[in-house]
Amino acid sequence: MSSSRELSAVVGLAMILAAGTGARGAEPGYFGYGTKATPEQIAGWDIDARGGDGAGLPAGNGTVHRGADVYAEQCAACHGTFGEGEGRFPKLVGGAGTLRHDRPELTVGSYWPFAPTLWDYINRAMPMPAPHTLSADDVYALTAYILNLNDIVPGEFVADRESLPKVKMPNRDNFLWTDPRPDTMAKPCMNACVDPAGIKIVSTAEGKNLTPRTTGPLDTMQAK
Amino acid sequence: MRPNLWRSISLLSGRDGARAPLGRRSFLGLGAAFTGSFALGSTPANAEPASPPADAPWSQSIGAGVVDRPYGRPADTEAGVIRRNVPWLTAGTESSVSFSPLQDLHGIITPNGLFFERHHAGRPDIDPDQHRLMIHGLVERPLVLTMKDIVRFPSTSRIHFIECPANGGMEWRAAQINSLQFNHGMVSCAEWTGVRLSTLLEEVGIRKEAKWVMVEGADGAHMNRSLPLDKCLDDCLVVYAQNGEALRPEQGYPLRLVVPGWEGNVNIKWLRRIKLGDKPWFSREETSKYTDLMPDGTSRGFTWLIDAKSVITFPCPEKPLHGPGLYEIRGLAWTGNGKIKRVDVSTDGGVNWQTARLHEPVLSKALTKFTLPWRWDGQPALLESRVIDETGYVQPTIAELRKQRGTNSVYHNNSIQTWQVKPDGSVFDVQLT
Repeated sequence: MSSSRELSAVVGLAMILAAGTGARGAEPGYFGYGTKATPEQIAGWDIDARGGDGAGLPAGNGTVHRGADVYAEQCAACHGTFGEGEGRFPKLVGGAGTLRHDRPELTVGSYWPFAPTLWDYINRAMPMPAPHTLSADDVYALTAYILNLNDIVPGEFVADRESLPKVKMPNRDNFLWTDPRPDTMAKPCMNACVDPAGIKIVSTAEGKNLTPRTTGPLDTMQAK
Repeated sequence: MRPNLWRSISLLSGRDGARAPLGRRSFLGLGAAFTGSFALGSTPANAEPASPPADAPWSQSIGAGVVDRPYGRPADTEAGVIRRNVPWLTAGTESSVSFSPLQDLHGIITPNGLFFERHHAGRPDIDPDQHRLMIHGLVERPLVLTMKDIVRFPSTSRIHFIECPANGGMEWRAAQINSLQFNHGMVSCAEWTGVRLSTLLEEVGIRKEAKWVMVEGADGAHMNRSLPLDKCLDDCLVVYAQNGEALRPEQGYPLRLVVPGWEGNVNIKWLRRIKLGDKPWFSREETSKYTDLMPDGTSRGFTWLIDAKSVITFPCPEKPLHGPGLYEIRGLAWTGNGKIKRVDVSTDGGVNWQTARLHEPVLSKALTKFTLPWRWDGQPALLESRVIDETGYVQPTIAELRKQRGTNSVYHNNSIQTWQVKPDGSVFDVQLT
């Protein structure tokens, strides 16, 4: 490192320290650490596909029919033959029209707003014991199959980078993407804030037998 | 001396020299009594062998030497102070959560081995020499950084809590879980050391179209979330250390993101990729999960902020009272909106409140300790704490939250916890009208 570079490093560090949080001190490449990411390196890790517009979806395609085969082999053990879920593993199908119910069922069909997200998630995280090992075509096929199980696309649907962003998911328009909180306006009253006669215990955890033990070895309790 | 030898020593029961052998079993019983009464100052029932006038066996022997435990560990009698899970909650332990034992913690810093865990594809064990962080997308010069590169950048240490937004999520409908640990233990707090994310982003050069940042982990879930660029430039840290030592594998070793005051899920562990873009990604973790379903069937997304919350950590179901008298009510408060301004405590279910004492340090987006002396008369009591943060926001009751959000939103239950104290001193999780 040349002495002028050293000097500028010291000055730059001092500027950053002086500027505090949110400092916009240095020019790109100022520190010069690391190596430039090569196109090959980026291609290997640049796996994301955006839900809203499908940007990043790769070439390839998959049919509902092919998806049924991949699903039976890779997915059915946990998610059930028809997406109904095994044990506590997630259901992928059903729940349409239940979102206002007392016990809503949140599935790909009833809840997910964007079809490309399904491709992205299967690709990055599934199958659970061997994530990110399926081909792009197989992931497209699984996406097509699961959408078809939910009656969102017809049996002849072919999933690819063009078709998936165009799929209108049933719950697409029911999300608010800006946070409306604070949505409560409690006041910090100090004395005689409520009528003591009106205070009732409406629920208690006592006797519900849902609480694992908090001493001794780890609990292995299962649901009643 | 071997560290376990003292366990088998016959303990003197008194001055008369009569020996009362205290085997492992009864010793552990004694230990449990110690643990259970630590915060109360009462006397264990069978403590005579170590109480005056007797001289304890550990006072009449030589202890284990230095480096007997080259990396220290808690006393054997604290073996029950551990992270715990709710086995019936998830399909397996790989995509699951464990809860920090808040009932046994005494400060604002969570010991590294007790920091709550949330994994989506289990805990990867990563070789730091092979780990890489790639920063690309709408940047001037995409970079690949090694851990050595990252540690070389200017370093910053800050104390921040991390809370899973599902903390308390089992209580939306009703009081169900009789435990401080399981109702509130998905919050922990540590001193984090690393480099400001803004430093890394300035180093790669942010293109002017960039508005959003996708962060992704190296775990099997390739966990990813979208964050607004403004937050990334404000106070996010890319950290490699936790409470002064390297991150624990469960907390993202060798590298994680800390997004101060925002829901735990965005604090990506095992961080390997940062990509800048012009729109959010709408990943699975910010659409099908970590969104809040409202009674009218709509959902709220991108609800990152952790609203102000507090909880009384003593007494609690795990730490009941032992007879009337003077106690110190203790608790923790936190807010993603900055600092805690005030905590009030009620012993009558919210009719009357007293302002508790806040203990220094009161740090932004960190756990804050509060206490209030209380003389318990042995009568039934309903204990509550209520925090007010520096924005003036007041912690709501569960009834107020339900009025806005119903019972199906899973996340962001920051309501006031009510502990019912019965005349026998036992404590139960309840909800009031």
